Amino acid sequence: MSFNEKTLKNVANLARLRFPEEQEAKFMQDINGILTWVEELKEVDVTNVEPLVSVSPRKNAVRPDVVTVGELQKELMANAPESAHGFYVVPKMVE
Amino acid sequence: MVSKLTDLTISEALDLLDKKEISSVELTQAHLTEMERSTVLNAYITPTPELALKTAEESDKKRLSGEKIGRLEGIPIANKDLYCTQGIRTTAASKILSEFVPPYESTVTQQLKDAGTIMLGKVNTDQFAMGGSTMTSYFGVTKNPWTDENGHYNLVPGGSSGGSAAAVAAGLCMGATGSDTGGSIRQPASFCGITGIKPTYGRCSRYGIVAFASSLDQAGPMARSVKDCALMLREMAGFDEKDSTVADIAVPDFTQALTGDIRGKKIGIPREYRSKDLNPQVAAVWDKGIAFLKNAGAEIVEISMPHTKYALPVYYIIACAEASSNLARYDGVRYTTRVNGKTLNEMYENTRTDGFGPEVIRRILLGTFVLSAGFYDAYYIRAQRVRRLIYNDFIEAFKQVDAILAPAAPTTALSYDEMKNMKPVDTYLGDVFTTPSSLAGVPALALPIGLADNGLPVGLQVIGKHFDENTVFQVAHVLETQAQFDKKPHYVKG
Repeated sequence: MSFNEKTLKNVANLARLRFPEEQEAKFMQDINGILTWVEELKEVDVTNVEPLVSVSPRKNAVRPDVVTVGELQKELMANAPESAHGFYVVPKMVE
Repeated sequence: MVSKLTDLTISEALDLLDKKEISSVELTQAHLTEMERSTVLNAYITPTPELALKTAEESDKKRLSGEKIGRLEGIPIANKDLYCTQGIRTTAASKILSEFVPPYESTVTQQLKDAGTIMLGKVNTDQFAMGGSTMTSYFGVTKNPWTDENGHYNLVPGGSSGGSAAAVAAGLCMGATGSDTGGSIRQPASFCGITGIKPTYGRCSRYGIVAFASSLDQAGPMARSVKDCALMLREMAGFDEKDSTVADIAVPDFTQALTGDIRGKKIGIPREYRSKDLNPQVAAVWDKGIAFLKNAGAEIVEISMPHTKYALPVYYIIACAEASSNLARYDGVRYTTRVNGKTLNEMYENTRTDGFGPEVIRRILLGTFVLSAGFYDAYYIRAQRVRRLIYNDFIEAFKQVDAILAPAAPTTALSYDEMKNMKPVDTYLGDVFTTPSSLAGVPALALPIGLADNGLPVGLQVIGKHFDENTVFQVAHVLETQAQFDKKPHYVKG
């Protein structure tokens, strides 16, 4: 199995998640179950098949880079758990 | 009084409103009364009764004054709690967004407002639309208005648009928005005995819909008839500058497609969908549907879609990868909930671990894994390659046929106990017939055709070519007329 304890810790760290050890076994078991199940994709011949990224018929949508909605700072900041002077406040990063 | 107001279809109600036989306030109040009575179902996360009545009063005034009115003027609907609604809490049925009040409105709900609809409230869903049962909702499960054989409300409504489906089936709204990433409109529609369409990817704007998997997410309507879905989709669809994937293609009046005549249409029956996962009773209803279309003069063509069985694993790799990226934004800085930590990183970890449910965490972990260095090509890129083969299966099939008929879900609604005892992989099997069309981006409509021996509804889906919802509606309408499905859930029968 490719998804061991070390992989779980690495992936959890990348995803900014952390859980107690007693939950680790369950997640590991579930994800290994899913990875075993997707193994069957290995039997498909994909030689010269381009990856399909989007099924949208639109390509390279562009529009003028101009302000369209105006002043929204107050409304947007209203959902911040902590803010001051129109800025988001986070725990101190530098000692 | 005509028949019960909460039994009406949207098109019937529009007619009565037009003739001034009923008012929008009466219609809205009838639904609000039903909503109050329906606590056992837990379909709504956030009902908005005052707002609904106020909007309905304004709507009635508008109609009486002879002002220009919307095409769905006065019709009470519900919105899946994945659609951002300005000034109204939008939770995605999650803890992490449980207090989020969007400062803006999603394009689809704005267009429905502009069409004159009255919003009754926000309905339940699986958390971040991840699930097929509404069991992953932070706000508790929604019950299917159809009971089990012992008369207990013990069945899932399906998901993720389970709140929408249950509310429509139980008469708690006339229609509802849903969203479909891998079957989230069609599977709950089938479980609850209602109609729902996932339109072509790019038909509706995704702006303001909480993102799950951006290359798959698509908005769509759920209602009690094919015509009602056609009416709603016309208002929901259309070009939008705010979503770079929405197509600049004119939106037709889909109701014009409901001609009742499908003579000479070629309907494909994909051989690979007769799989081991298909319940024999669902297969029998599928055969019934095939016979209906044959009766109506369609030509039935057996087709092969050889990559069908790979759709589910491809779907879970791609959907989880995109989800892990989309959900990175919930970091405890911008969206109301935060669990403190000593460092910034610790705050992120504490907030996210506390704010996401286990199914969401599982999918973020899997998605992060398949995108991580060393595994990206083997999993993510390979899945995208196989996705193209699945897409090509549809392109090839539509060279031979005008539409495809298939089951919507492999079983009827499952019970909570059945779901609880399943491994994650087994619960994913509910999407086996819906993920192929999601990956290909083609439109697909599910509608109820009959009951299985256990007394529960079975739905079929009509799948069409890209941007050919018209044929989908046309064929579905004939099926609806032939099937005469008029069974009501136990909740409505009382």
